[in-house]
Amino acid sequence: MINTFVGNLGHFAVILAFVSALVTAYAYYQYIVASELDKANWRLFSRISFYVHSVASVTIALALFEIIYSHRFEYFYAYSHSSKALPVHYMISSFWEGQEGAFILWIFWNVVLGLILIHTNKFWEGPVMLVFALVQAFLVSMILGVVIGDLKIGSSPFILLRDALTAPIFQINPDFVPEDGTGLNPLLQNIWMVIHPPTLFLGYATTLVPFAFLMGGLATKKYTEWVRPALPWAQFSAMILGMGIIMGAYWAYVTLNFGGYWNWDPVENAVYVPWLIMIAGIHTMITFRKSSTALKSSMVLVVGSFILVLYATFLVRSGVLGDSSVHSFTDLGLSGQLLIYMLFFLLVAIFLLAKNWKNIPTSDQEASVYSREFWIFIGATTLALMAFQVILPTSIPVWNAIVEIFGGISNMAPPADQVGFYTKFQLWFAVAVALLTAVGQFFWWNKMDGKTLREALVMPYVVSVLLSAVIIVLGKVYNISYIVVVLAGTFTIVANSTILFRLIKKSTFKLAGGSLAHIGLGMILIGVMFSSGYSEVISYNLSGLTYSNSWEDELNKEHVLLWINKPTQIKEYTAIYRGRQKKVKGVPGLVNVSLLKSTDNVNESIALEDIVAKGKTYYEKGEIVTVILEENDYFQIDYYKGDQYQFTLNPMSQFNSSMGLISSPDSRRFLNRDLYTFVSAINDYEDPEWREDEYFEVAPGETFFISDFVTEFEGGEVLTQIDGIDLMEGDVAVKAKLSIMDYDVEKRLEPIFIIRGSQVGRIPAIDNELGVKVELDNIIPEKNQFLFKVNRYQKDYVVLKAIVKPQINILWAGTIIMLIGFCVAIYRRYDEFSKMRDKGLE
Amino acid sequence: MKKGHIIGLGIIAIAILIIVSMIGDASTYESFETAKAMKMKGDDKSIHVVGELKKTVSGIVEGIEVNPDKTSFYFMMVDNNGTEQKVFYNEPVPPDFARAEQVVVIGSYKNEALFVADKILMKCPSKYQENEVSTAGM
Repeated sequence: MINTFVGNLGHFAVILAFVSALVTAYAYYQYIVASELDKANWRLFSRISFYVHSVASVTIALALFEIIYSHRFEYFYAYSHSSKALPVHYMISSFWEGQEGAFILWIFWNVVLGLILIHTNKFWEGPVMLVFALVQAFLVSMILGVVIGDLKIGSSPFILLRDALTAPIFQINPDFVPEDGTGLNPLLQNIWMVIHPPTLFLGYATTLVPFAFLMGGLATKKYTEWVRPALPWAQFSAMILGMGIIMGAYWAYVTLNFGGYWNWDPVENAVYVPWLIMIAGIHTMITFRKSSTALKSSMVLVVGSFILVLYATFLVRSGVLGDSSVHSFTDLGLSGQLLIYMLFFLLVAIFLLAKNWKNIPTSDQEASVYSREFWIFIGATTLALMAFQVILPTSIPVWNAIVEIFGGISNMAPPADQVGFYTKFQLWFAVAVALLTAVGQFFWWNKMDGKTLREALVMPYVVSVLLSAVIIVLGKVYNISYIVVVLAGTFTIVANSTILFRLIKKSTFKLAGGSLAHIGLGMILIGVMFSSGYSEVISYNLSGLTYSNSWEDELNKEHVLLWINKPTQIKEYTAIYRGRQKKVKGVPGLVNVSLLKSTDNVNESIALEDIVAKGKTYYEKGEIVTVILEENDYFQIDYYKGDQYQFTLNPMSQFNSSMGLISSPDSRRFLNRDLYTFVSAINDYEDPEWREDEYFEVAPGETFFISDFVTEFEGGEVLTQIDGIDLMEGDVAVKAKLSIMDYDVEKRLEPIFIIRGSQVGRIPAIDNELGVKVELDNIIPEKNQFLFKVNRYQKDYVVLKAIVKPQINILWAGTIIMLIGFCVAIYRRYDEFSKMRDKGLE
Repeated sequence: MKKGHIIGLGIIAIAILIIVSMIGDASTYESFETAKAMKMKGDDKSIHVVGELKKTVSGIVEGIEVNPDKTSFYFMMVDNNGTEQKVFYNEPVPPDFARAEQVVVIGSYKNEALFVADKILMKCPSKYQENEVSTAGM
């Protein structure tokens, strides 16, 4: 039965949220311009209006989640983004798989931030919340789903399936509800995808806060005061965005088979760019707080980071990227709306900046080379150039679109080798930034001239050169550019550590945020250099085959074919593929598929044999077991060194009816490197096409060959009962016992032959791993021989790629240290703000 | 000249360098015909070609030849102008390759007869455009 209540509730909440956002904006405007007498009333009204908006927004989210959680497949959103087989935590990912859900997430975070701001600010509440309410109105309009004539405003997540699709079934039965949904994109069925999007969207949402303070400051002519409350938020935003980026990179590393954590994909770039600009903005804001310079550049950077977040949203969600990105969303017809949203705030910001530009205080004095202002300004400029270098080529599809609007034809495509293209600039920029952090920090904490600077830097310089020498020798870094990276990275770490220890000794840990974050940067630089620069494919040219055309021999084959049970050398390891497995609820480890037979029900199988793990029987033969995400196959690959067993990796692949085959890596983590492996091709596990019949006449005790397998016919045995068949009086049933050796594995195949009256029945024995089907075709008593009919298919196999990524843990450790640095800095700046606020000096 | 001006000039110089390098490194969308002409002129630059896999009249993909070690393969592609071309890809067959509605190959001609792809992008049938609902639930 179709439940229309939840959808109607959700849609009503959307409209309420939209209207209340507009009302809030209006009310806060009145609050700002009202006389002192009326202010209290307007504030109360504005707040109530925002509370209504908050309740409505939360209702939208709850209604959508209820639709997914209760498997209401009569709704398009639940049908196309979830399925019954999903556990609850993946239902949460289903929520934001679609664009509408992502917008709801964004709306939700803005509501949370808005509520916090209302209660932590006094003076700034009015102007800041006015900006917030306007942003909310734009965001809610994206999910409004209102059609006026030909104009479609927003795409509602609450539409029914029958309204979204024109399937003939709905003409026969309008109340038709599908049994199951089409499921969640398998790539998103990962724990990181449960927490990565909320983090990223919180990052997106927080860029609004400094922007709102700035707009408020410009509108109320408080050109300098906005910086203090905005600064901790800008730092928080940079931290959350950074965390979101890192989680995304980590997700890509553990889930996608791109072979790495960063691919310079447009979607990744679109978040990286606003983050860089936000970082630059933080630095100029800190400078301003200390010495009243760089106010104008702070303003431009704060506007830039917010607008770039909107631009990123536009790039990813408008469909303009088309083929150039793996994970851009399909066009929901929102591009126009997104463009208006972005341009509106861009124009408002430009208007306010231009109007007030002359009145914004600047310092006339030019910064000296021996001043921190100078170096921080250079650093911020470098960050901005880094951002520019990334956003320009990422926008190539946009340039093409613009040229086409004006009637031109542009066939420009993104660079063929994206990684090489971006790295060539970003690496050197990063080196420059790293060096600047070291110098900048020294200037920051000490007033100095050229001589004292040289004295202060000598020690860190000598230490880092020595340290680099050690790293270069031990890590065998002989490439000149990588040597420079190592030098820059260690210099950053050493110089900032020097500052860090001095600060902790002299004053408090509270001031150490900057140097900690910079140490993290130095570690990231070194970690990236090793793990990317020295990442090595070890599943190289192992086939031993020669090709018909000779040029192909010269190509490097980066994958290795592993036949089941066959030991294959991969660099220092011997790898053996041991079969396909499933994850079974309640059983530790994984269970081989040959022990399971799936039933018609979702995620349910019957145990064909006892399921034993670690000496304990978890399920007995014939019992029903629950498979966790039955589409997921795990390929067991054992690694040996010589005869010594080392470890097992289980790279995963998932067959999904809508996405086809998806492969996820499995890595062995060592302290100084990762062995990263994934399957790049697998056998076809559908019904095999058996090759032509082969016949063998064999006497008991004899040995023969099926394909290459040594097969021993141990003998026949008369059966008195057979599973699944009732034997009757006078029936004769015989099974033949065959033992097939494949390398070190013995397989037992027992085909059965039944005679009932003049009828003959044959039950073949099949081994899918070996690709062998044996039928006991006849028994020839006079010759004491059994006649076997054998059909073959190919043995099970996987094609594997294995990559060693050295020192990747330095990268992860660096990111964590950087995040801690951010937290310390946020604490310090928020503490400053709240003290001033309580003194009434906000 | 003031320091500010020097810095300003430096920034402009780097920005110009970035733009020039982007234009220089940007690839282009070509057809097989124009791509072949480029190769003949000695231009080995990697380009993009958009097209479809070759299909029989009944819509079945034909012409995929997987090498015995399964780590590379050949296939037949038809670009948007209808030109047929044999393409080599030094990677295992991507999952779902045969179902791709559209393929973009990034690479260049090896010789007059063979195009070598360094990278393949595929557009698979999106589930959002699905027009048929399984009627199993009836």
